Amino acid sequence: MAVESHAVEAAGQAAEAAHGGGIHIALAAEKLGTFLGIPITNSLITAWLTMAVLIIVGLVIGRGAKLVPTRLQLLFESMFEYVYDFMTQILESREEARKYFPLLMTLFLFIFIANMSHFIPGVGSITYTDAAGHIYPLLRAPNTDLNVTLALTIITVIVIELAGVFTVGLWRYAGKFINFSSPVNFLVGLIELISEAARLVSFSFRLFGNIFAGEVLIAVVVFFVPYILPVPLMAFEVFVGFVQAAVFTMLALFFIKLAITPPHGAH
Amino acid sequence: MDIESAKLIGMAIAAGVGVLGPAIGVGLIGGRAMDAIGRNPEASDKIVSNMILAIAFAEALGILALVVSFIIKFV
Repeated sequence: MAVESHAVEAAGQAAEAAHGGGIHIALAAEKLGTFLGIPITNSLITAWLTMAVLIIVGLVIGRGAKLVPTRLQLLFESMFEYVYDFMTQILESREEARKYFPLLMTLFLFIFIANMSHFIPGVGSITYTDAAGHIYPLLRAPNTDLNVTLALTIITVIVIELAGVFTVGLWRYAGKFINFSSPVNFLVGLIELISEAARLVSFSFRLFGNIFAGEVLIAVVVFFVPYILPVPLMAFEVFVGFVQAAVFTMLALFFIKLAITPPHGAH
Repeated sequence: MDIESAKLIGMAIAAGVGVLGPAIGVGLIGGRAMDAIGRNPEASDKIVSNMILAIAFAEALGILALVVSFIIKFV
């Protein structure tokens, strides 16, 4: 609680500094209000908008799918086919790829569109004034909030572990981590267990750090050189947003592949 | 030394030193990828996409140091 109130205080100070022409940087997403006791933050609203965009595009393309595709349908079809082929290549089976394709493609599209949302005019510049007179941006790119990336990571890690349990079998999968056959195997299992838990940190902080640092970079550059210079940096951030979405998805894919591969020495 | 100046120094050291390792890593990855493309120009598509993936990993560590420095400064 102390940390949270501290962060909110820091955000408030930053907002006041913005009045004096300072740089507005808030590490935590700002709370705009509560709904049934659940805090509603500005990154949450943008995450909902992102989901709405995905659902609407999905409905429009899915309902209107024709044998002779329109341009938009063709774009999505070729993109899906590319990812599907890539997954088949990694997982070495079309059926396995079919199982994990919907989740991974959704993760990729969500992260990518969420990263792009920062470049829509109005995100970050439309402000909201609460009852106490603090000024917050109404919208904030979802992946600049650690809660969002942590949620995505937890979903991914649970799917990876469940994939291992259901494909390899509970006892054999657990045998990867807790193994009493020899002291060396026991230690190796322990290290595997720790590296499994470390994924929670590495996945979430990689995505959060990259996108947040990009936003701060642009904020600083816009403050010092408002014209021309931000444009190539923004183009670079679009590229980073794409690469991070791809990295997140590909890592999830590789870890699923690791999890569904039977452990060594078990025949 | 008061806490504010200690925070500023801490932030600068965290960001500056933390970026050293990833910088070396990204340089090595890029250099080796150029070597590989020089030897086998036909494979450049595959090499470049793998290079970008590897660079993203190395870069993430530098970004972590940057985030730590932001946390020192602003929280």
